Amino acid sequence: MSASSNMNWDRRNVLRAAMGLAAVGGLAACGGNTGRGGGSGSGTNLTQMFHAYGEAGTEQAIKRYAKAYKDANVTTQWITSNDFESKLFSALLTKNAPDLFEFHPQIQMVKSGQVADLTDLVEPVKDDFNPADIKSHTVDGKIYGVRMIDDPQFFFYRKSMLEKAKVEVPTTLDELMEAAAKLTTGKVKGLYMGNDLHSVNDTLIWSSGAQHLDEKNEIAYHTDGVVEGLKKMRRLFTSGDLLLGAPTESWDPSSFNQGLCAIQFCGMWAMPAIQDALGDDWGVFPFPKVTDSGKPSVYNGGWSMFVNAKSKNVDAAKEYVKWLWIDQAEYQEDWATSYGFHIPPRTSIAAKADKLKSGNAAEGVKLFNEFGHFDNIGWTQAMRTAFEDVFANSVRKNMDPEKALDRCDTAVNRELKKLFG
Amino acid sequence: MSTTTKLDVPDSATAKASPAKPRRGLRGSPTLTFWLFTGPFLIGLAIFVYAPILWSLWLSFFEARFTVTPDKFVGFDNYVYMLTNEDFVGSLGTFTVFAAFIVPTTWALSLGLALLVNRLRFMRAFFRSVFFLPTAVSYVAASLIWKMSIFSGVRFGLMNTVLGWFGVENIAWLIDPNPPWYWLVIVTARLWLQSGFYMILFIAALQNIPEELYEAAAIDGAKSGWQTFWYITLPQLRATSTAVILLLLVAAYQAFDEFFNLLSKTTWGRPPLVELYYKALGESQDYGAGSAGALILTVLICAVTLLQGKIMGFGRGDESK
Repeated sequence: MSASSNMNWDRRNVLRAAMGLAAVGGLAACGGNTGRGGGSGSGTNLTQMFHAYGEAGTEQAIKRYAKAYKDANVTTQWITSNDFESKLFSALLTKNAPDLFEFHPQIQMVKSGQVADLTDLVEPVKDDFNPADIKSHTVDGKIYGVRMIDDPQFFFYRKSMLEKAKVEVPTTLDELMEAAAKLTTGKVKGLYMGNDLHSVNDTLIWSSGAQHLDEKNEIAYHTDGVVEGLKKMRRLFTSGDLLLGAPTESWDPSSFNQGLCAIQFCGMWAMPAIQDALGDDWGVFPFPKVTDSGKPSVYNGGWSMFVNAKSKNVDAAKEYVKWLWIDQAEYQEDWATSYGFHIPPRTSIAAKADKLKSGNAAEGVKLFNEFGHFDNIGWTQAMRTAFEDVFANSVRKNMDPEKALDRCDTAVNRELKKLFG
Repeated sequence: MSTTTKLDVPDSATAKASPAKPRRGLRGSPTLTFWLFTGPFLIGLAIFVYAPILWSLWLSFFEARFTVTPDKFVGFDNYVYMLTNEDFVGSLGTFTVFAAFIVPTTWALSLGLALLVNRLRFMRAFFRSVFFLPTAVSYVAASLIWKMSIFSGVRFGLMNTVLGWFGVENIAWLIDPNPPWYWLVIVTARLWLQSGFYMILFIAALQNIPEELYEAAAIDGAKSGWQTFWYITLPQLRATSTAVILLLLVAAYQAFDEFFNLLSKTTWGRPPLVELYYKALGESQDYGAGSAGALILTVLICAVTLLQGKIMGFGRGDESK
């Protein structure tokens, strides 16, 4: 043994060492990849998480803003997958959770202590915000998120196609169904509302004269009007006039731009892309009323910045949110109008946004103000999923809407009980 | 072992040069060797498999919403919830139908391919590679190709284009569940992805069948073709078939990728893992109920595997041949 111990580095020993190293290295790697930068600059490292916006230049813009910030190194995680929610929710449970992230106001994140109270950031400029945006982020008097952009969602239609088919802009769901039938030709489908139709879930509730939850946080969507709406949607789904199985989802205007459909449900963000593709041959209208007692509606979606309450750098993250989304008016305007079109939630910035003051953009702002409904913070992701199942069951599959809604009630009540007791 | 013992006898001069020297270290402590070779694997297994299972077990008795370190004990509530949840129980049914169909189909297709390729006189290596190649494709990539180009619902999707030549209306393959065309998409994707791999297993087994058996059968008057296949080839493939069926069942239980990527926002066509992901681990973040569901599934898988082993005799080795 003594003789050979001098030249111990034969194949086997090398292999042994390598295996040991690999095992140790593998374990070390578990805690190693934090998605953070090398920490080259001074100060703290922050990580922010965004879903992938479809418009060109958005990722660069978010990274450009981050780079301009001097007090911390801000790294961006740009999540390109379809299920941003799942990615975000599971990331928040780990040590590598982002310090700040964009999402929609949902109360379960407040109740489970995942988002930090941002009242002190927003309070000084509260009056400059759209009051509805403040309300939708407030729980028990505390404000939990800073709205970055408001995104009204409505129908886009091809003027020339409607004229050719002698179709007026629909004002009721029945008219929309008729229009879809008349507009469907060999190569063009009348209407596109997304492959799984979930982008019109909310507007169907509002246009039926109902709402998701009432003031006491009890179920308010289970009405005769909604049942009627679901039945009509089922007729529409089976009519052959809907574009189904399109390569892009409804948030992407490609199907509309490429002439696959005459009318598409989409959002205000798509306006620049549609203008580029179709010139002035398009207009917008809200989701029409479903019942006589209903009213046209627009879903005022949007994205807000939240701070992870369990982050080690809560204060630094709050500072960054304040710097970018409260103080830097120039960046906020750039973010709202330079890529896709969004409505700035700050009145002062909205007043300066000239791009939104003419043509279809101005019409979009009008629909936002006139027919818009904002998120109800009490309506959580689990409830959202439960109502998506109603559409899946009763519109795409042929389940009785009453039964589908009953099942949804069970799921929503389970959530409500856990949240509000 | 005996050869290395002999090597110890020569004098030290030859021993120095002997390349067999390091083997003494290994032979010296079999226990150490055992742990050295199995250790890394066992550590991985413990950390990534057993620890999560135990953690799941613990979680399943708690109300774990938006946390994996809960403190509210709820007893068997999560189990009751999952077992009375129509979607979860329905997904077990979905899986059963899926497995009952996909396992025999894949088995038959890969055996068929193996028999065909095995009989080839030339270009055998080429065809073997061609059929095996899809195994290397990721499920996600294949799902996207199936979804976006072959079974796209629009008029320029491949299938719709072909059907269009015969004047058939466009079909929304994955969107409209009546009739359930989505099964066609899922099953064809899975067959394409899996058959090649099992074909290779069958080819190996086919080449192991002694030629003498066929010769003897021919002398006894067995007609080549169906008769030989039924009485010689198939019984000789029994061990491989059993293994293939077990592997296929496991693969069916693990079904996730193509279902997840092909079907979105549905309440149908969800195997248990997809159901668990959506209902508990994904957006709803109910880790308690999710863990309960996962454990129910684990128990089911164990039961089915044991039962199958009992019926088909997997692992009994040579006697089953």
